[in-house]
Amino acid sequence: MSFRPIAELLLPLGMAAAAGLIGSIAVMRRMTLASDAISHVALPGITAAMLIGANPVAGGFVALVLGAMLVWSLERKIRVPTEAIIGVVFSAALAVGSMLASGQDLIEALFGAPRHAGTAETAVGLLAAAAVIVFALRARSRLVVTLVSPDIARTIGIDVSRTNLFFLLAFALTVALGLRYLGVLLMGSLIIIPAATGKLLAKSLAGMRRISVVTAMGSTLAGSLAAPALGVETGPLVIVIAAACFFAGLLRRPEP
Amino acid sequence: MANALDVSHLTVAFGKTTVIDDLTFGVEAGRSLAIIGPNGSGKTVLLKALIGAVPFRGAVRWAPDTRIGYVPQKLDIERDLPLTGLEFLGARAEIARASREEAARALDLVDLPPEAAAQPIGTLSGGQFQRLLLAFALMGRPTVLLFDEPTAGVDEPGQEEIYALFGRLKKNEGLTLLIISHELTLVNRTADDVLCLSRRRAWLGPPVDILTPERLREAYGSAVHFHVHEDR
Repeated sequence: MSFRPIAELLLPLGMAAAAGLIGSIAVMRRMTLASDAISHVALPGITAAMLIGANPVAGGFVALVLGAMLVWSLERKIRVPTEAIIGVVFSAALAVGSMLASGQDLIEALFGAPRHAGTAETAVGLLAAAAVIVFALRARSRLVVTLVSPDIARTIGIDVSRTNLFFLLAFALTVALGLRYLGVLLMGSLIIIPAATGKLLAKSLAGMRRISVVTAMGSTLAGSLAAPALGVETGPLVIVIAAACFFAGLLRRPEP
Repeated sequence: MANALDVSHLTVAFGKTTVIDDLTFGVEAGRSLAIIGPNGSGKTVLLKALIGAVPFRGAVRWAPDTRIGYVPQKLDIERDLPLTGLEFLGARAEIARASREEAARALDLVDLPPEAAAQPIGTLSGGQFQRLLLAFALMGRPTVLLFDEPTAGVDEPGQEEIYALFGRLKKNEGLTLLIISHELTLVNRTADDVLCLSRRRAWLGPPVDILTPERLREAYGSAVHFHVHEDR
């Protein structure tokens, strides 16, 4: 294999590692369905960016940051599970985004279309993936205590609101990283399915994190390499492989 | 001895519903205060106000250099969460930049075997889980411990053991304890003072003054019975 294909795999693998780590926190926070819905908010950003000739991923990222801020403010104000509001708001975002684009552009925004990324985009993407990975590892203790009990977290000096905001922003950045490869509809799945597989099989947080990252990176690598040979799109194949890992995990689930 | 906590004119309201109305009390350092009262009288809300988790009017003043350990009533977590007790304590150690030996010390203080702490937290019994939460609270070397119904879901021998543990912690570590409890027999035996909340008013005093049939009937709205042990 020449150097260039390996270099082109670096960004998706970095994205997958970030997805595996962020996903393990998202699943423990019971954001399994919300995660998928939140990723939909990227669509109006992508399609609006296309309309004005801007970078679609940058447009998607801006929309995701706004979506993350919306979820954060809802969590602060309502202090109850926000699934219903998230479901309605972000499904509406999907509908609005779909109206702004059509044809191949819409298909690519929804399901991704891996193309050769330029050097600058690769560098920015790898930096962003590194930022998410560093955050997920450095903030892991604060995130764990906050998800177990926000009240306990407060008494030991954790700024619960800020921790939640940073997590949601890291989540938004992770979704943005995967927009090129997996699109709006499938990126949420790469965050959730490997982490759900980890939760299924692991008996410890460290184990869940490892299984989640390995599943996300393994699915991405296998999907990226096999898709051209099989003549199918990369994004859907990556998710099918991740889902196959989950179902295989169901068979091997340890006794409680 | 100086007060560890002074609360003055505390009022907590959610919308138009006032849960705590103009409550004033103090807790002397090194003493144990049991907070009792019927459901809905604001016991849990009071503890949440004390840790700043709910907005309130009035003043909550902790003594300088107070470190709070908080053990909540119940945790809204999934039973199959793949998080071991040791990982939970490890997170506490990492946040406090403390050594892992702190976790071992805390487990020793609460009599929880490391093998039990190595299990996922969802698989622990009610008593083991309470001890784990208490160990977590003790890792910060607190000066005050707040418990919200520490024996809920724990069998009777387990309740006795947990209250005996509180007694040892208070004596050996010099801690101030605030404990919400429905176990009036244990409250009567172990608490130095009792704060009895009702929806209309509050009473504060030693158990012998507060745990009287008349006062409990007034607070709870019906007769309340508990065992009185002569060894107190």
